[in-house]
Amino acid sequence: MTAPLPDTSAAGAVDVVADAPVKAIEGRSPWRIAWNRLKRDRLALAGGIVVLLLILVAVFAPLIVDLLGHPPNEYHEDQIDPLLGTPKEAWGGMNGDFLFGVEPVNGRDVFSRVVYGARVSLLVAFLAAVVAVAIGTVLGIVAGYFGGWVDTLVSRVMDALLAFPQLLFIIALVSVVPNELWGLSGSGVRMAVLIAVIGFFGWPYVGRIVRGQTLSLREREYVEAARSLGAGRTYILFRELLPNLVAPITVYATLMIPTNVLTEAALSFLGAGVKSPTSSWGQMLSKAVNTYESDPMFMVFPGLAIFVTVLAFNLFGDGVRDALDPKGSR
Amino acid sequence: MAAGATLAVATLVAVTACGGGGGSKGGGGGGGKGAGFNAGVEKVAGPSDKKGGELKYIATQDADSWDPQRGYYGFAWDFMRYYTRTLVTPKPGPGAESRTVVPDLATDTGKMSADKKTYTFTLRPGITWEDGKPVTSQDVKYGIERTWAQDKISGGPTWVMQVLDPDKKYKGPYKDESKDKLGLAQIETPDAKTISFHLAKPNGDFLQMLAIPAAAPVRQDMDKAEKYALRPFSNGPYKFESYAPNKSLVLVRNDKWNKDSDAVRKALPDKISVKFTTNADAMDSDLIAGNYDLDLNATGMGSAGRQKALQSAKANVDNPLTGFIRYAAFPQSVAPFDNIHCRKAAILGADHTSLQTARGGPEAGGDIGTGMLPPAIQGFEKSFDPYGIAQGKADEAKAKEELKACGKPDGFKTTIAVRNNKPQEIATAESLQASLKKIGIDAQVDPYDGAQYSTVIGAPKNVKAKGYGIIVMGWGADFPSGQGYLQPVVDGRFIQESANQNYPEINDPAINKLMDDAIAETDPVKAGKIYQEANKKVMEGAYYLPFTYEKNIIWRSSRLTNVYTTDAYNGRYDYSALGVVK
Repeated sequence: MTAPLPDTSAAGAVDVVADAPVKAIEGRSPWRIAWNRLKRDRLALAGGIVVLLLILVAVFAPLIVDLLGHPPNEYHEDQIDPLLGTPKEAWGGMNGDFLFGVEPVNGRDVFSRVVYGARVSLLVAFLAAVVAVAIGTVLGIVAGYFGGWVDTLVSRVMDALLAFPQLLFIIALVSVVPNELWGLSGSGVRMAVLIAVIGFFGWPYVGRIVRGQTLSLREREYVEAARSLGAGRTYILFRELLPNLVAPITVYATLMIPTNVLTEAALSFLGAGVKSPTSSWGQMLSKAVNTYESDPMFMVFPGLAIFVTVLAFNLFGDGVRDALDPKGSR
Repeated sequence: MAAGATLAVATLVAVTACGGGGGSKGGGGGGGKGAGFNAGVEKVAGPSDKKGGELKYIATQDADSWDPQRGYYGFAWDFMRYYTRTLVTPKPGPGAESRTVVPDLATDTGKMSADKKTYTFTLRPGITWEDGKPVTSQDVKYGIERTWAQDKISGGPTWVMQVLDPDKKYKGPYKDESKDKLGLAQIETPDAKTISFHLAKPNGDFLQMLAIPAAAPVRQDMDKAEKYALRPFSNGPYKFESYAPNKSLVLVRNDKWNKDSDAVRKALPDKISVKFTTNADAMDSDLIAGNYDLDLNATGMGSAGRQKALQSAKANVDNPLTGFIRYAAFPQSVAPFDNIHCRKAAILGADHTSLQTARGGPEAGGDIGTGMLPPAIQGFEKSFDPYGIAQGKADEAKAKEELKACGKPDGFKTTIAVRNNKPQEIATAESLQASLKKIGIDAQVDPYDGAQYSTVIGAPKNVKAKGYGIIVMGWGADFPSGQGYLQPVVDGRFIQESANQNYPEINDPAINKLMDDAIAETDPVKAGKIYQEANKKVMEGAYYLPFTYEKNIIWRSSRLTNVYTTDAYNGRYDYSALGVVK
């Protein structure tokens, strides 16, 4: 029973043996197998839990801030030394009332701003990934399946986009975007632009992988079988091929999110992110640079938030990849 | 959390170490203790006549130009007194004393004709260039003429040009057809010692304009046009030894300078050096450690340096007024700020203490401003406060009444334009945004490229197109008078298509007339009264929301002697008076 599983570790082997008497032979779906593998990867599981917590924090930000903080845009200048502009109390003004301390100069609650910052960060990262995956999957599968001039065209477009200096482009774009657009205003516009642009420049990464996979899948017997039974192109593309592409797409999407978090932070740091007074981690860091010597604590929490988020997503993403594709190199 | 704790502890240790060095021992290069907090404000710290030593400046910003006709930075004007002399110059004395002018190259402050349109000066004996030749009235005229050559000699102040030749008929010395290149008819030099100026209209501040280095002599055979800035030819107590732009500048004694011919300059150090650096925080640390004596730019210490200095070496710190007012302007071209009640609502709805804190608090930022004339200018009246700004808090009830009167009881949307490279200005914009939100004014903060301000907010067309209802800015006078301060920001005839400074686009005939009356008045006290009238009209019109009468925290090393801040140079020390203990 244990012999045919060359890649299971010692612990895994014990597990399987222990299971054996109860459910002797039961067919398990690929997802179920993947889930079992993921469950055994402690790091990935920890990453997943942190990701879940972050999502909960972002969703319930108003509730959390209500309980533990102050409104994120409320000024607390009584917490600030008027002569120096830094928090009166040591450690960046941390105390029972202001858990993460206060922002220099205006005394805004750092805790509340970090919590609300999670919303911006995650929303932009998730939606940009969704945009990238949607465009990338459709164009990748089309290019891979049809080949010929369609493939050439899509591939060259992807090459061009990958060579495009997207960071500079976004900075330039943001400076000409009006304050009100698509029924949104202020930070809403900025977020929509960030999502659209980060997503748009991200799709070729997904597109290339999907195209490659499609190239190998389209010659498989089941595809030919479907074709000979008279299935239409759309049916083959989205009913036959797509389900078999879900694994690589899922892996890539999870790994794309942390990159997007970093891109959003970098853009906010450079002033191309959301607008005042909406809080974001990158923007907080860029402000903290002004006072890094006199109030270093202000830099710590937004920095830590970015670090934890990116690490958690990466660990989780790696785990998902290993679970879905155990043959891939670790 | 753990990472944060370590970081903070490390910084605290560093702060204590640096502060201790600066305060108790005076640091590596310093000797003895500082003279006391504000010892150089309104009085002289460490009076001395002891010569010798090297005076060491450090700076993060090189001058726009060291050419006397091209430099426009205040610190450059102050520094130029080492190597250029003018007919008259700000009086060497602390604070308000420096607002008056005293003779420098001239024997007196000039004879004014009965119609107040002609000024005649006689040059002193013994004034020389660094090669020993005498400075002549023709040299003075030639120097002043250079301003007219705006294609080559650009960037400098043009006050004298506007007063003498408002239509700019003269084309400048490089295009001058006459043989001696002295074709400007409005300046006459009957002999080498006499010079007279013919003004188009009387101007009470003409002497102040002649005290700016742009009115300094330049010798024709030494004029290298655009390249003159690299090695100006000295007629003061020091001359250029070496200059590498953005790296270093060294002045040494000019042995041809005649002490008897100069009643203004002390010329105490043997050598004056400037080191240009790029890191402002490192510069502050260097100053506190005693490696340099003072910041040439004197734009105020950064927040970290300020903290170190105030906590452990307060005796080495001065806190002068800079003559700047930091403010928000409400362009009337952008609705609803065309309505005075909406402007008033914004003024009343602002939290003034919060704005002050955003500027850096009462010391590093300055006192809360209540009008548009700064304290260092004749005509300032401390009690003038029509909107009750000085008490610090927003008056939400009154602000809402004004909103109703404006026809916007529920508030409105607008945009605040702010330079993206000035953290304090961004902080004030955000403070304004937060307090205006409470009365229903929903303001977007729009940070723009600060280097482009003259075309972004200086172009009324762009302001209107972008809908900048509120512009965060500041202004300081070229010379300490109501004309120098107020006219560019309130006179309707000063509205320009680009590089405009009158952001609210005030064009009130009553204000324009008050400016004309005040300028024609040659008695500074009487003129000051008229400028105060103008200030009242401007505040009544609610065109500006003043934040602070700006103050700076500047470092004075323990080595410096003869230190005092001046109103003439925006609160900077009188550089020509400084000496060092060896």
